[in-house]
Amino acid sequence: METALLIALPLLSGLLTFLFQENKAKQISFLISIATFINALYLAFNYCSCTLFNYDLNLNWINSLGIHFHVAVDGISLILILLTTLLVPLILLSTFQSPIKNAKSFYFLILAMESALIGVFTARDAFLFYIFWELALIPIYFICLIWGGENKNKITFKFFLYTLAGSLFMLLAIIILYLNNPARTFEIEQLYQVGRTLDFGTQAIIFWSLFLAFAIKMPIFPFHTWQPDTYTTAPFAGTMLLSGIMLKMGIYGVIRWLYPMVPLAFDFYAHYAIILSVIGIIYASIIALMQKNLKRMIAYVSIAHVGLISAGVFVGNEEALQGAIIQMFMHGINVVGLFFVIQLIFERTNALDMTSLGGIRAKAPLFTLFFIIILLSSVAVPLTGGFVGEFLLFVGIFQYHEIIAAVSGLTIVFGAAYMLNSFQKVMLGEANEKTENFKPLHLTEKMLLIPIVALIIIIGVYPKPFLKISEPAVKALIEIANSTIPLNH
Amino acid sequence: MIELVWLIPILPLLGFLVLGIGNNKISKSIAGIIACGSILGAFLIVLSLLIPMLNGTLQATTISYFEWISTGKISLSFSFLVDPLSIVMMTIITGVGFLIHLYSAGYMSHDEGMTRYFAFLNLFVFSMLLLVMGANYLVLFAGWEGVGFCSYMLIGFWYKNQNYNDAAKKAFIMNRIGDLGFLLGMLLILQTFGSLEYSAIFSNTSNIVPNSNLIIAITFLLFIGAMGKSAQIPLYTWLPDAMAGPTPVSALIHAATMVTAGIYVIVRSNVLYNLAPATLEIIQFVGIATALFAATIGLVQNDIKKVLAYSTVSQLGYMFFAIGLGAYSTALFHVVTHAFFKALLFLGAGSVIHAMSGEQDIRNMGGLSKKLPITFITFLLATLAISGIPPFAGFFSKDEILAHAFEKSPLLWGLGLVGALMTTFYMFRLFFLTFFGTFRGTEDQKHHLHESPLSMTIPLAVLALLSTIGGFIGIPEVLGGNNWFKHFLTPIISSTHSESHLLSHSTEWILMGLSVGAVLLTIIITYIVYVSKKSIPSPDHSSEGVVHKLLSNKYYIDEIYESIFVKPMYQLSQLLHQFFDLKIIDGIVNGFGLTVNKTSARLKSIQDGSLGFYLFAMVGGIILILIFNTIL
Amino acid sequence: MNNFTQLIAPNLNNYIILCSILFTIGVLGVLIRKNIIIIFMSIELMLNSINLLLTAFSVHHGESSGQVFVFFIMAVAAAEITVGLAILVMIYRNTGSVNIESLKNLKW
Repeated sequence: METALLIALPLLSGLLTFLFQENKAKQISFLISIATFINALYLAFNYCSCTLFNYDLNLNWINSLGIHFHVAVDGISLILILLTTLLVPLILLSTFQSPIKNAKSFYFLILAMESALIGVFTARDAFLFYIFWELALIPIYFICLIWGGENKNKITFKFFLYTLAGSLFMLLAIIILYLNNPARTFEIEQLYQVGRTLDFGTQAIIFWSLFLAFAIKMPIFPFHTWQPDTYTTAPFAGTMLLSGIMLKMGIYGVIRWLYPMVPLAFDFYAHYAIILSVIGIIYASIIALMQKNLKRMIAYVSIAHVGLISAGVFVGNEEALQGAIIQMFMHGINVVGLFFVIQLIFERTNALDMTSLGGIRAKAPLFTLFFIIILLSSVAVPLTGGFVGEFLLFVGIFQYHEIIAAVSGLTIVFGAAYMLNSFQKVMLGEANEKTENFKPLHLTEKMLLIPIVALIIIIGVYPKPFLKISEPAVKALIEIANSTIPLNH
Repeated sequence: MIELVWLIPILPLLGFLVLGIGNNKISKSIAGIIACGSILGAFLIVLSLLIPMLNGTLQATTISYFEWISTGKISLSFSFLVDPLSIVMMTIITGVGFLIHLYSAGYMSHDEGMTRYFAFLNLFVFSMLLLVMGANYLVLFAGWEGVGFCSYMLIGFWYKNQNYNDAAKKAFIMNRIGDLGFLLGMLLILQTFGSLEYSAIFSNTSNIVPNSNLIIAITFLLFIGAMGKSAQIPLYTWLPDAMAGPTPVSALIHAATMVTAGIYVIVRSNVLYNLAPATLEIIQFVGIATALFAATIGLVQNDIKKVLAYSTVSQLGYMFFAIGLGAYSTALFHVVTHAFFKALLFLGAGSVIHAMSGEQDIRNMGGLSKKLPITFITFLLATLAISGIPPFAGFFSKDEILAHAFEKSPLLWGLGLVGALMTTFYMFRLFFLTFFGTFRGTEDQKHHLHESPLSMTIPLAVLALLSTIGGFIGIPEVLGGNNWFKHFLTPIISSTHSESHLLSHSTEWILMGLSVGAVLLTIIITYIVYVSKKSIPSPDHSSEGVVHKLLSNKYYIDEIYESIFVKPMYQLSQLLHQFFDLKIIDGIVNGFGLTVNKTSARLKSIQDGSLGFYLFAMVGGIILILIFNTIL
Repeated sequence: MNNFTQLIAPNLNNYIILCSILFTIGVLGVLIRKNIIIIFMSIELMLNSINLLLTAFSVHHGESSGQVFVFFIMAVAAAEITVGLAILVMIYRNTGSVNIESLKNLKW
């Protein structure tokens, strides 16, 4: 019941915003998101590691098709729920400084999206998962379409169609699994059993169908071309939602729905997925080196970082999976921090082109400090949150293949290059007419940056609680994936 | 006192936090007191550990604080190790660090960013302490990356100058290339030994086949890390550029402590390296090559800090040379003496630059001995020390390295001696041009010449004392000592044949005499060239010989790197983005959309909107259906 | 009733032929003529040919349902003509012509 409440809370109370005036919408929605976060924290503190799935709720929904409304929370879900419910208030906070047209709808859409995302991370029924998966797309589509920038119609349309096309493949895979399920349900546990009894060809179809859906969402090279455009065009809040939370849907999908589902095909094809991911790391890093537009640069950086996570997920040993999960969390924090930093700069200078900026450091030392810490975390310097996940991912990938680990390790060199390059261009040097009157941070901006920076340091120094949350769930998944594989292919 | 070990790194960290958070509210003098005080506190605690360690009442101890990263098979704790090696390093870091902090209080007193400066300097000391105190490779790596970051912030301390920022960025990225090697080495160790704890690794080497590919890979990867941090060929070019930072930073980070981290890592891992003689061969080669290569560049540099920078690269090469010969404790001995005299040289250079209002070109100096007497004397002592004149500190360490080289082969000894003579030459050239002759700067500068304040001269004096007597901790047997330093380090260095001398005393005497004689001869030549004949290096752009041009342009290594790595990378980036990403990949994606569009455009033309045609199509359709129905 | 049936029976073929001719004329009229009113009339002709055929078969089989259908069709046709002619008048008002060629806007 608690899970259903958590899912419903933002959406239903989000409707409240329509009862109030336009200029109250942001406060109301912020309060709602805080309430949701507190709710999630409550669930986290009462989370009992005695059983794998807490807060299980299983209702009949569409009996004739065996569809259940089945949601539950395990360690992996919990981490992602915490990430979602933490980031949404921060993202709402990021919009406080600039006026927004049609504020009620805007905030309602964000809250609706939060609901759908929590649904994705908790669903235990494939059909329900698919519903939430698509539901999450609708609000972000409107956010990008209505509040987006230049060329928004075309870019948003492409983004929508692209991800939708991916989801259709997922639907195909789900239907194949369902039709092969003698019990005719969409229950994930049963589908796990069904998946491993299929012959290799069918498993392969399911693998690649699911892979397409998840790969487009993350995105993995070469399915990434919607992403830089969309990140650049979307309003900042939309970009943060997309990069901070939404792309985790893809990684989560791989962990929960692909990795344990079709072991034969996974063992056979994971190698290709890993190679694609690693190509993506290098490819996106190299491209990021020369980007002038800050948003576009971070978009490519995000592809590189996600490539590492997805490589780890497809490697699928415990270190890599654990690293992927904590890195999902930290990537969310980092990327929202980075985009917020860019938004701050944009609001003050009206420029996204880094070559036209410079000298901000002298004007805003506190801001510089925050920026440096976020930057350090995103280039994975030890004792920041970014290091823990990246190190575990490297450990995991290294066990799988030394050369692949070495190649993906190049990210720490490239990471330093592109991050420091942009830092130097934006923050250092002499101030110019754009940056001369750079105002210091507002209270709401500090309220946003302080939690981000605090989390970066806390997780960097003491990641143990986070690792402990997801450990049993990861172990269980690995056990399922390695459980007896019928040899009838 | 061992319970207080955690305070040693925490004190500088606290200093950093206080200075960093209260950046604007803390006055300069208080900032100096906080910064120096925190380091002094750490130094006192280190001393209180050093003394029992010397007495033998304190054994090597590992103190574990909390589980840092642990999941699955790996369990890595945040733990400190106090043993002779880490104590030696801690003493240098906090001791020399304190002197340099003190010096900075005077040197940076005119700079508006002094609080920020001290904050990062404290953070550096924290990271450096983490590096040497960690009881496993992961904590070491945390410090390792931390010092790299602090180095970045301090090289680019005057961040309004983009050239300095470029230098800082270059340093960080080059270090990161090394870090990648180090990280991979760590991963390989973790995979091989299942742990990153020193104690677990070094006691578990019985299964490792000596000179197997595995151990060579591990040691070589770690050495790549060391190359980056300690500026060895091919990753050395960042260090001369790093002189963009304030001079005390160069003294602390780029001479005394951070750049020796690579040596520390290898000495720490000596158990592994002893199993990989092939790697040692490589290190030996890289070391001597760097020592000679950097020394030749140093011969013709005219920037006082650049000369010292290349000298540092060269001396670091010496240390690696010693490691490559298997003489770990000798390498560390040279780290210690080098920390004294090179820090002193940099601080002296800082004092000169301070007096010359920022001038760094030695061609515009000269005759400073009367105006800056303390600087002059201390600088002389340091120059004697680095040249290896007995009984100064550098003599003992350098002589030991040369002796080890001779054991291996006389050729190596010869190369080492050539390096030492070049060192002597460029150091005395620098010394004579700066302090002797007549003043060649502007009237304005001449008017402004003054000896530095007490806070700067006291560290100079202390370091001069250490440079003079610091070598006595390792007097070799042949001179009647018992090489106390080596005995102190014995517990952490696994014995190899080359650690103990095989040479007879008479041979050693001869070698010593030869090298000292050659050094003295070099000094005399230098004196004749630069003092008696008063020759001054020609200004830039004047016609010079090919060799001189090659040297003063540093063999064009920077330009080569630029055109081999940097530019192609940017071009590749452009190509990938403009062509591959936007045209090909996105072209394919958009191609799907375009295909649908084109097809629909074709089909659309059938639907031309004319009612007559629609009727015709309808009737035709009905007839077709009828026909099909009758046929089928 | 029986007499009438017998009277008509041998001639059923004639009815079918007549209706086919009428229907074909209607179809051709729809396809060939450009005037919308003529097209309408052709449609009516097709309907009436069917009506005639239905009546003939109704008599032939001695079933009354066919003739009932005819009444329905006539009623619907009347309603259809009313609406159709109204649309036609609107088209004439808007385009000033009753030529079918002028109706070219039925596209996306």
